[in-house]
Formats: sequence, structure tokens, C-alpha cells
Amino acid sequence: MKLKSMNIKEILKPSFWKVVSVIIVTVGLFSTYFRFSLGLGATTNLQDSVPWGLWIGFDFIGVGLAAAGFTIAATVHIFNIHKYEPLVRPAILTAFLGYSVVVCLLLVDLGRPENFWHPLVMWNIHSVMFEITWCIICYSTVLLLEFAPVILEKFNLKAPIKFLKIISIPVVIAGVLFSTLHQSSFGSLYLIVPGKLHPLWYSSLLPIHFYVSCIAAGLSMIIFESYLIARSCTKEDGFCNTGLKMNILSGAAFVVWIALIAGILLKIYDFVSNDKLIYLIIPSMETSLFYLEIIIGTIVPIYLLSYKKFREDKKWLYIISICVISGLILNRLNVSITGLVASSGINYFPSFDEISITIMLVVLAIFAFRLIAKNFSVFVGGESEEAASNISAKKSKQIILSERYE
Amino acid sequence: MLKEKGILFDVTLCVGCGACSQACKETNNLEQTNKDFLKDHLSDNTFTVVEQYGELFTRKLCMHCNEPACVSVCLVGAITKSPTGSVVYDADKCIGCRYCMQACPHHIPRYEWATTQPRIRKCNLCTDRVKDGQLPACAEACPTEATLFGDMDQLIAIAKKRLKDSPEKYYQHIYGLEEAGGGHVLVLSPVPFEQLGYISKLPKESMPEFTMRAMEKIPSVVVGGGVFLTGMYWLTKRKNQIAKDEKNNNK
Repeated sequence: MKLKSMNIKEILKPSFWKVVSVIIVTVGLFSTYFRFSLGLGATTNLQDSVPWGLWIGFDFIGVGLAAAGFTIAATVHIFNIHKYEPLVRPAILTAFLGYSVVVCLLLVDLGRPENFWHPLVMWNIHSVMFEITWCIICYSTVLLLEFAPVILEKFNLKAPIKFLKIISIPVVIAGVLFSTLHQSSFGSLYLIVPGKLHPLWYSSLLPIHFYVSCIAAGLSMIIFESYLIARSCTKEDGFCNTGLKMNILSGAAFVVWIALIAGILLKIYDFVSNDKLIYLIIPSMETSLFYLEIIIGTIVPIYLLSYKKFREDKKWLYIISICVISGLILNRLNVSITGLVASSGINYFPSFDEISITIMLVVLAIFAFRLIAKNFSVFVGGESEEAASNISAKKSKQIILSERYE
Repeated sequence: MLKEKGILFDVTLCVGCGACSQACKETNNLEQTNKDFLKDHLSDNTFTVVEQYGELFTRKLCMHCNEPACVSVCLVGAITKSPTGSVVYDADKCIGCRYCMQACPHHIPRYEWATTQPRIRKCNLCTDRVKDGQLPACAEACPTEATLFGDMDQLIAIAKKRLKDSPEKYYQHIYGLEEAGGGHVLVLSPVPFEQLGYISKLPKESMPEFTMRAMEKIPSVVVGGGVFLTGMYWLTKRKNQIAKDEKNNNK
């Protein structure tokens, strides 16, 4: 596993994205240093009436967009639809890196990060936050177990892979259950603030809204990612099997369509049964944001996906996935930030440090994704996983660190 | 067994002298935050304030709910309900997630944003003083008995008697008796409570109820989901196997 001198040269060769990434990470590290040495008050725009800001909002987004980790795993391993097998590894890797970003942001956000281990020994089972913490710990372990074979293959360690294979089905089932619980519980967090969260978003069905929307957005994230990977991780870069597999993606897009329709039907039921229709015609900042969220994230994608020609066209699929992802981002920010503005009376906007730490973690996650995808067989072809493991065992054991951003 | 204690605050008796807020600062060793106590607001150094609305004065402080939202949401149990009914905070347990601040229906908990070892700050109904048989600092300092400290059942009886005896003097409602499931701070006022900056539209049921309705479904989701997924795994695997066998037979 030694580095060739040529690789080092390649690492140091500047390119646009490399320079930008290094700047973002450097600035982010400074912000992180300030956050921990000066405290939350000096580095964030959080205050008594806005105790949760961008970091918590971004945690909701990150977890929501990582949802493909459990939906794809369930499709392939539980429902035995093996057509989607090529998506399993990228989805699990995305989920794992997404959760890593979320956990890092939570640590940055905690007022007393040195006490982060307290939930392990100090229990309050009535707290939604407690349930979420445990689910995230357990699900991260599940993701690690699901991804471990990819790492072990590389080093040709057969015994542990065999063991992981035996426990794989219970692990996947546990993963789906943990995900179901905490994805919906992020919505449950806000059940306790009926007087604070704007009625456009507050609903006793919040957990179900969160669950259904994460399924649509998680799959859209995989479509979006596949498109970007096909474009940026080419054969010349040292990647293989990164080409777009359109029949799989259109299948996933169909599921997105179903989930979006389920989501909008749920919204309609919620508004009608709770007499909330009146809020749709009251002009306010909240109402316009709500329309923006629904139109971009739900109505436009539902309309486009209902046509087969859009569903099977890669450019359109890319655009649709961006719409659905934006819809989820808007929704989570509306619930966690803008929906609370009216009751707090404070117009919160994140500080420079809040933004720079968040972007830094995203850049690091993208870097980690490329690094892992380059060195391990994350992208497998149509063939089964066993074949993939044989291929990767034959591959050289050299770890490639070089990064080319073009 | 200690009896549940609480505070009855009567707006009609308050003269707005500020003795309560001053006594609170001294007892809890809090910094002065505003020269004019009437312009002060709740903060990490102010656990209670006197607010002026026209000719009326009222107090704001932790309502010490019967089933507090903050206690139910705290994942490490750093906020607890003491035997006397006060809601108390343990900084050594706290991890600083600030969910209590988000959840409190009365917008009470404040945070030490300026430090790197921040604590949640709020009134604790002088729990230590009460344990020693003393009155809370604010009740002891009040010269007009506008702030009354005592057993909850007695306070409720006094409040009801006042409303009944002088209906012309009071708006017929005891604030804090039923709001968000009720608590240990009761307020009487001559005017509707929203005119004094109180949130009048709070639900009568306790806030944790809203969460419990979703949380209690978790066991059935886990069991039902587990059975469903296992069943689906078995079914689809068998279906694939049969399809494969048929294909082989046809060959």
C-alpha cells in the first residue's frame, strides 16, 4: 500500500474544484475552532427565542436525503427485486456518509459536546430525542455492517464476509425498522409545539409526512447522485461501472412518483380533516413558502413523472430529482426554522460560522465518497454481488489517494 | 411526604415595586441586567421579571407545569420534577441540545450563550430554600402579598374564593390552573390574560400528551414492521425460487 511518486504529483496538481475545496475546508476548520473556543453565542445567530438553527435544520435534510440507504436495501434484500442491486452499495455509502455529517453537526451544535455520551447511560424513554439518538446509533452500526463486506472484499477476508452474509437479512430488517422509527420521529420532535409551529406545517401526522417525504427524496438523491457520478467519475479517472443504468433509475423514479402522490394525498387529508384549508388563502411569508415547497417539490415532479417519456429521459430525471430534493430541503427548513418565525418574532439567518462549518462537512463527505468509490468496488455492474467481490479481489490492493476534479 | 407547593400571583395586589425580581437576583447570585427592572426581560441572568401593562403589573417566571414539556423532552433527564412540584435542572447531566427551550409552551428556559460551558437557566422555585423551610425569595420579598407561596390545594382554594367573592374585581379565570395541563404558578388578573402578555390559547391537556400519542405506536410499528418484513422476505424469495424452477422445467 505504498504511494507512487506520480500519485503525489497528481494530488498536488491544482484544479478549480481542488482549490475551492481546500479553501472551504480551511475556512470551516477555523470556524470550528472558533465555535469550540468562543461558544455558541459568539459564533452563531442562535438565541433564546431561536434555540435551533441551520445545524439542526441541516440534520433533518441530511437524514432525509440519506433515506435511500434503507429503501434500496429493503427493495433488494427483503423484497428480492435484484434489478436494483447496483444501487445498493452507493445508497448505503451515501447514507453512511450522510449520517456521519449529521452526527458531526450534532456534536458541533451541542452546548456541551463533551457530554455527548450521556444518552448512553442516562435514559429518558419519554423523549423523542432519546429515541432518535438511539436509532441513529443503531442504524449507523447497521450501515457499517452493510458496507463492511465492500471493505473486507478488498483485503480478501473471507471468514468475516461469510459471517456478515449469515446475519445480513436480520441486519437489513433492523435497519429498515430503525430508519422508519427515526425518520418519522424527526417529525414527532415538533408534535410538542402546537402553539409555535405554523399550522401549515404543524399536524398530528407530522411523523408520517416526514416518513413519506424521505422515501421520495432519498430515492431522488440516488438518481441525482447517479447522474453526477456518471458525469464526473469516469473510466479515465479510475472508476468503473459508473455509467447510467436508465432502466433501474426509471424504476426508482416510478417509486418516487408513488411516494409523492401518497405525500400529497396525506397533505390534502390533513388539511381537510383539520380545517386548515383557510391558511392556504391567507397571504403571508409562510403561505408563499408553503406553496413554493409544494409546487417545486411535489406538484411539478408528480406531473412530469406521470409521463413515461420524462421518466425515461436522463436529463429530465435529473431535473425532477433536483425538484424533489429541493422540496425536501424547503420542507425541513420550513418546519425547523421559518415555520417558527411567527411565534418567536425573530428573523433568524445563519451566521457565517454556521454556514462555513456546514459546507465544510458536505465537502468532506463528497471527498470521502470519491475516495471510497475509487478504492473499493462501490459501483457494481448488473451482475450479482459475488461476481463483484471476485473482481475486486483481483484488483490491486494499492490504495489510490489521487483526486482529480474536472 | 412533602406537599406540592406553588405560587399564587395576584395582579390586582401588585404595586410594581420590583422587590421580587431583586430578591431573586440576590438569592441566585445573578448579575444586574437592566437599571430599570420594568424594562428587563427573562435571560440567563434573570429568572423572573415584573412587566408593566398600562397601570397593571404582572410577573413572568417558570410555571412549574404538572407535566412539563421540558422534563418529557430532555433525553438525558437533566430536567426533573421535584417532590414539591418544582421543575429543577441538573447542569451536570445536560448535553446542551436545547430541546427544552424549543418545547416549553411558556417560552421560559434561557441559555448561557456567551460561555463554552452553557447551562439552561430558569426559576427553580427556590427548591433549596423551600427544603430548609424558608419561603422562595420572591414570595418573602413581596410587601403586598401579591406573590403568595403555599400548598397547591390551599392556593387553588384561595384563588377560587377571590374570584367568587369579588367578581367585579377579577377576570373569571385562574391562569396556570389548566393551561398546558396546569402547573404550580397560578395568576389572577382583572383583565383577560392575553392583555398581560400571557399565551391564552394554550391547550388544556399537557404538552407531553401530544408526543405520547405518536410514541405509544412505536412498539406496534416495530413488531408489525418486523413481522411484515420477515414475511415479505420469505414470500418474495419463494416466489423467485418457484419462477426459477419453472424456467428450468420448461427448458
